[in-house]
Amino acid sequence: MVTVLTESGEHDVKAAEPSTGALWLSAKDARQATGWEAKPEGLCKGETCVPLPAGREREFVDGGRIDLAALWRHLDRPVVRSERGHAWVLSEGARERQAALASLEAPDFALPDPSGRMHRLSDYRGKKVFLVTWASW
Amino acid sequence: MVIAVAMDSREGDPLPWIDAAKPTYPTLIDREHRLADLYGIVNVPQAVWIDEAGRIVRPAEPAGAYEGFRQMNRATREMPEDVARRTAQAKALYLDAIRDWARNGERSAYAFTADQARAHLPAVTEDSATAQAMFRLAQLLLRHGEGEEAQRFIREASRLHPDSWCIWRQGAGVTELGLAAQPDFWERVDGLGAKRYYAPVDMPGMP
Repeated sequence: MVTVLTESGEHDVKAAEPSTGALWLSAKDARQATGWEAKPEGLCKGETCVPLPAGREREFVDGGRIDLAALWRHLDRPVVRSERGHAWVLSEGARERQAALASLEAPDFALPDPSGRMHRLSDYRGKKVFLVTWASW
Repeated sequence: MVIAVAMDSREGDPLPWIDAAKPTYPTLIDREHRLADLYGIVNVPQAVWIDEAGRIVRPAEPAGAYEGFRQMNRATREMPEDVARRTAQAKALYLDAIRDWARNGERSAYAFTADQARAHLPAVTEDSATAQAMFRLAQLLLRHGEGEEAQRFIREASRLHPDSWCIWRQGAGVTELGLAAQPDFWERVDGLGAKRYYAPVDMPGMP
């Protein structure tokens, strides 16, 4: 099993093998974890498609599988993994973060309260929100 | 409304504080410091003002915090009087500003225009984005009992993103009171020299 942390949360992918180079996931697991999928025009998430480098398609897509680590490096986004390759983070890059902030649309998030109930920022649309951080430390 | 978010990776740590505060608003716990990643938060308390349409009115900034503690007598924890006054002034001014915005919305003198808000956005760099990804991986490793590897990632994250006190303090040892204020903290603060611990807040009268 491999645990993959993405924008949508934590995904335990039972069918994936720990590896230190590639992160091959089935098409279904890849789509669930990241929203990306293979299409005739390349790798796509929603309306956004990235063409694959000619002659190197097999480095990204092989049969029904996608190497998400290769895709993330191709997209120039942070990809970090544990030494054993059993835990990965596929993150948004500085460019995406900057663009999101520059749109001034407050990035949505889901976090638990002490009882475990999840709250999304977007649950409070229609009210002014003073979003304030603190810490015990 | 207020949404208070504890940037605490050990989820039990903030609970006594939340119990004591008896909040009437949502108090959330952000173990992976997701808000740091999404909003460019580097320290606490930092706040973001968000309007009814979900738009950022004031990007991440220190929320009424003034770094008077740097001039505190570290043995007696006493603060020089003028420093204590500036600290109280920063807090009062910021609270008044929030109330003014709550009442007056975009007509408030404290609400940034879209252009002003963009001009005040925190910097996000490839290094800081990678640092946040490493910090997140470290929290997962900690939960799986792989503390040693986790600490290595936290140290590397802090090296890549030295402006983040959130990363450094979360990874640091704590005093009996649970504060990351051991001698290495004070060394790091002293190492700032003329640099601010809390970034300056663009608000008239703010020290």
